[in-house]
Amino acid sequence: MTTSAATTTETPSVSQTKTGIRFWRRLCRNRLVTVGLVIIALQLFTAVFAPWLTTYDPTAQDLAVKELPPGSEGHWLGTDEYGRDMWSRLVYGSRISLLVGISSVVLGLVGGVVLGLLAGYYRWLDGPIMRLVDLMFAFPGILLAMLVIAMLGTRLINVVIAISIWSVPTCARIVRGSVLSLKDREYVQALRSMGAGDGRILFKHLLPNCAAPIIVFATMRMATAILSTSALSFLGLGAQPPTPEWGAMIAAGRDYMWTAPHLTIIPGVAIMLVVFAFNVVGDGLRDALDPHMDVTYES
Amino acid sequence: MAAPALVKLENLKKHYPRRSSWFRRSTGEVKAVDGISLELYAGETLGVVGESGCGKSTIGRTLIRLEKPTEGRIRFEGADITHLSSRKLKPYRRKMQMVFQDPFASLNPRQRIDDTLEEPLTIHQMLDKRARRERVWELLDEVGLDREHGERLPHEFSGGQRQRIGIARALALNPSLIVCDEPVSALDVSVQAQILKLLKSLQQKRGLSYFFISHDLGVVRHLCDRVLIMYLGQAMELASAFTLFREGQHPYTQALLSAIPRPVPGKKRERILLKGDLPSPSDPPSGCPFHTRCPEVRSVCRERRPEWKEIAPGHRIACHAR
Repeated sequence: MTTSAATTTETPSVSQTKTGIRFWRRLCRNRLVTVGLVIIALQLFTAVFAPWLTTYDPTAQDLAVKELPPGSEGHWLGTDEYGRDMWSRLVYGSRISLLVGISSVVLGLVGGVVLGLLAGYYRWLDGPIMRLVDLMFAFPGILLAMLVIAMLGTRLINVVIAISIWSVPTCARIVRGSVLSLKDREYVQALRSMGAGDGRILFKHLLPNCAAPIIVFATMRMATAILSTSALSFLGLGAQPPTPEWGAMIAAGRDYMWTAPHLTIIPGVAIMLVVFAFNVVGDGLRDALDPHMDVTYES
Repeated sequence: MAAPALVKLENLKKHYPRRSSWFRRSTGEVKAVDGISLELYAGETLGVVGESGCGKSTIGRTLIRLEKPTEGRIRFEGADITHLSSRKLKPYRRKMQMVFQDPFASLNPRQRIDDTLEEPLTIHQMLDKRARRERVWELLDEVGLDREHGERLPHEFSGGQRQRIGIARALALNPSLIVCDEPVSALDVSVQAQILKLLKSLQQKRGLSYFFISHDLGVVRHLCDRVLIMYLGQAMELASAFTLFREGQHPYTQALLSAIPRPVPGKKRERILLKGDLPSPSDPPSGCPFHTRCPEVRSVCRERRPEWKEIAPGHRIACHAR
């Protein structure tokens, strides 16, 4: 008895890692996706280990060394108009953009998934929820964000709230569509005929089966969230100086475009790379998770 | 058949409202099941035969309360379960299970087989964790699968194996009734035979009742004790399989039987060809639903719905001409 129990716990992990490896291989088949994954990994790394990667405080001013060009001694990416180390600001900025990106996407997902599940599963809730979603869609994203920030004040946390609200309707539509296509499958009916509750069916069976489009959406939405955070900060609605946020850095560097172009170019390139990386990885995930390429249909 | 019926349907109706997309106005009904009365006894197999869209699946689904009936009564072991709330229905759910047609859609693609089989036990809080695992192994063994198969995902199995898993899942709660909704129509002929054999041996071992929905007369003849012939949501004829296949009385039954290919060369049976198309169940013909295609149609057929009369013990028929 005990030996067979032991084998049951071991074998599945083997088969699971096998499908896991297969998935990675399929994902990395596209070279661009690999590049994107490396960029994301680098950003994660710098965000987590920011204090160990920098020697200067990102907000410490030193007017004696202001506007140093990249490659200067002690400041390899130069300094800004107040003599703050650009590398430190860039590294701490990656922390902020990642944090804002992840938290706004997670918040938006929670709201969108719950609304989508309910709208897809309960027919009587479908109309009200989807009309609400349509209403949210009718607002342009930046305008909605400005509204939220005007009401709640210019703080980074409010940017998170604004962006997550704006992510809710798209996510709700994706989840609703998946649930609609899944809820009449026979395995769902089998569950119902066994007497399974709605909660069990929704969260244990339907949600995992619509995970693929949600994962793709979340990855793509990371890119837009990071971009929007920078845009809002650039407009002065998000992070306030001296916070080392990339969009705010570009805004501050605008006045020195001719004398110190690196002040705008460096954070600009950082934003571009990160947004590019998340978009490419999202695209790759979509291909890799495509049911027509899934092992289910290969066998 | 003096024993009390396991299931009794009394004038069961299931109508689906048809709504126009504009403001969801009701524009009539589809009468999927329109007044069916029958009994299903313990340990027997009742076959339900009919063309696609005649409501045979709907009866099965309504019978185990996957659908709410529009009218009529469902009695299970004498108890009226027609309008029970899902909580009160739960103890009855254990006793009636279903095997589905499509073995590729009937299993959660992301759930391991042993988890799929364990889930009904978890839902009904039967046994402890360890005993449940053992029960899962018993079930796998009972349907002819190995213990190791439990660790796999559905896509690693063939259609026949998946159907075995579907049967095992239906057996998990020890039901007395299993509704089989075309369980073999999606399978290869050789695999069909294996699955039918399995169903038969399980019935003998456990005394199961089957409500066997099919459009394959050969399969029904092989497996069923009694057969119900349906047309457009209504019952046409009900008799023991032996009687029905030898001397089915209803013109529709006779037309169906004449369409069975005969393996004996030279010996020809006259083929009764039905004219016209199957009428839409949203706008069924008046009177007898079969009158638009019936070779023996009379004027009364167009006006009055025939009675569900017993012409011999256990042999019922709805026809003016008989």
